[in-house]
Amino acid sequence: MTDSLQITGAGTSLHTTPAAQRRLRRRYAAERRFKALGLFAVLFGLAMLAFLLTTIVSQGYRAFIQTHVSLEVYLDPEVIDPRGTADPRDLARADYQSLAENALYGLFPAVEASAERRALRGMLSQGAGLELRRRIQNDPELVGTTLELQLLVSGSVDQLNKGVFDLESGRRLPVSDEQIGWFRELEAQDRISAPFNWGLFTRADSREPELAGLAGALQGSLYLMIVTFVLSFPLGIGAAIYLEEFAPKNRLTDLIEVNINNLAAVPSIVFGLLGLAVFIQVFGLPRSAPLVGGMVLALMTLPTIIIATRASLKAVPPSIREAALGIGASRIQTIFHHVLPLAMPGILTGAIIGLAQALGETAPLLMVGMNAFVTSVGDSMTSPATALPTQVYMWADSPQRGFVERTSAAIMVLLGFLIVMNALAVFLRRRFERRW
Amino acid sequence: MFKEEYALMQTASPAPNTPATATAPMADVKMSARQVRVHYGDNEALHGIDVDIRRNEVLALIGPSGCGKSTFLRCLNRMNDSIEGCRVSGSVTLDGVDVYDPALDVVQIRARVGMVFQKPNPFPKSIYDNVCYGPRIHGLTRNRTELDEVVETSLRRAGLWEEVKDRLAAPGTGLSGGQQQRLCIARAIAVSPEVILMDEPCSALDPIATAHIEELIDELRRNYTIVIVTHNMQQAARVSRRTAFFHLGNLVETGDTETIFTNPGDQRTQDYITGRFG
Repeated sequence: MTDSLQITGAGTSLHTTPAAQRRLRRRYAAERRFKALGLFAVLFGLAMLAFLLTTIVSQGYRAFIQTHVSLEVYLDPEVIDPRGTADPRDLARADYQSLAENALYGLFPAVEASAERRALRGMLSQGAGLELRRRIQNDPELVGTTLELQLLVSGSVDQLNKGVFDLESGRRLPVSDEQIGWFRELEAQDRISAPFNWGLFTRADSREPELAGLAGALQGSLYLMIVTFVLSFPLGIGAAIYLEEFAPKNRLTDLIEVNINNLAAVPSIVFGLLGLAVFIQVFGLPRSAPLVGGMVLALMTLPTIIIATRASLKAVPPSIREAALGIGASRIQTIFHHVLPLAMPGILTGAIIGLAQALGETAPLLMVGMNAFVTSVGDSMTSPATALPTQVYMWADSPQRGFVERTSAAIMVLLGFLIVMNALAVFLRRRFERRW
Repeated sequence: MFKEEYALMQTASPAPNTPATATAPMADVKMSARQVRVHYGDNEALHGIDVDIRRNEVLALIGPSGCGKSTFLRCLNRMNDSIEGCRVSGSVTLDGVDVYDPALDVVQIRARVGMVFQKPNPFPKSIYDNVCYGPRIHGLTRNRTELDEVVETSLRRAGLWEEVKDRLAAPGTGLSGGQQQRLCIARAIAVSPEVILMDEPCSALDPIATAHIEELIDELRRNYTIVIVTHNMQQAARVSRRTAFFHLGNLVETGDTETIFTNPGDQRTQDYITGRFG
């Protein structure tokens, strides 16, 4: 050692020799390599995210518009109310679809053969009749008048209008050549329009893609979040406060802590099985109900909230506790007046991130039957419902072409909610953060 | 050498006390500790401390780092209760009543024996809320006017009123270090304690703020019994009437500050105050 020190003669430092310069260069090279790797990782991640979002959005945006055809429909009293009673039950039963079909036949008088007529009326959605019935039920005075209405076309024609089909490919399409011809004629008459698809948010699920909407799933997800929040937030925070501030530190509490951390890593489907076995089989709660789904998700979210709360409580400086205890505050006063308010931003962030995770969870909901096909918006916590992620799962499984874009659209809505919730977490943290 | 320095220090600030008598009558003892031992787990940190704290006097606890003076201080208002694995034996009495009596409420003890910490630790709330928190939780005031009065009196006694009277709603954490420490003192005296424990209250402050606090301690002596832990021997000499020297978990000697600093009875005290160790 002394030898190597001595070779640096007078005037030269040990840190300016060529060997030292080389070592310095190597150190900088290592730093540059590491930075380049990190940058590459970030860019790669961003590229994948951009690819994913582009795919989803490029397919999903179409579901936000829906093709309509403009028809002058004669609301024939003979069909709607043949007995002239204006009884709501009669009005509900009438064959409205045929009224819309007649309006369409009127535009194409040359079409007379029954097979051709079947093809022609196939261009209208079942939603056309439903729309007519809704109008009449809202205002029975309309019977006997002629209305110009925007009516839904079938899923295939909608896809045709959106340019989804490759007409040159020669492959069999869900629309016949005659239907394409009629469609072009309607287009030429300026009868085809594609306004914003409010139905996506106001209708429940359906077998027809043009009628399928997210209202049921949105409401199901809302109920799920309410149940999950109401159960997991107070329970989780209470458990965390007890474990952190009151429980003695011994083998038992160590074991509990380890197990809570383990629970956070348990696959969600296991929680689903637990819900199926306990809530549905033992307690006899209804299947497919948001109440049960929410209870399962609450179990799943609890460990996340407990861990986040404990971490936030730990992060409150001990000087604050001492200050409160030192002037004679009791332990519970110290916690509720001083520690908890300071820990609240962290707790809220943890809770919202836990809820966001629960919002996107699919597997446990499948286990408790929340992938039911429900064509109406549920009216209570215990009526069958779906949730956004299970709706995505079901639509992705549906054969019709029209469900492809709707699947992507549902994913976009789900992502939108997740972004809103995470933004809320950030906002709350900023808003309530206090310096000490 | 040290005698001269001590004399200088004495002239620098008003003579803190009337001459002490070595044998104070029992009535004058506010708190007393007998055979206080503290264990952290299996480790004994204090090996049987006996000390009397007299009414309206300032007792300084000095000694090298880790000698147990802060630990002892925290025994006096049971702040050690909240430390995991800490056991206290022996007896600590306040006006003759055992502080560690299980029948006694620790909340009451801490209201009667207030504490000021090493690092200023105001609550992250307004100056007003900092001071009124104690009276509020103890229910000492009946209405808002009384509470305002308590806040003003406390801030005045802590010498902070003139500086903050126009911004009572401003956060306490926005004050300077010295002001924060005086705010903590105001917060402590707002609950009308009988004894105030100070754990190195000036160690995080600059000399000017320190001088402020020392003057304040001298003021407070009239109404309160004060025990102060300090690393600064000049400070001990300036503010206290009696001094207790701790070393390695033992109380080496207690006596009038003047005696301890000019004519210590123990070699270790002599070595410490002349700067040979510690």
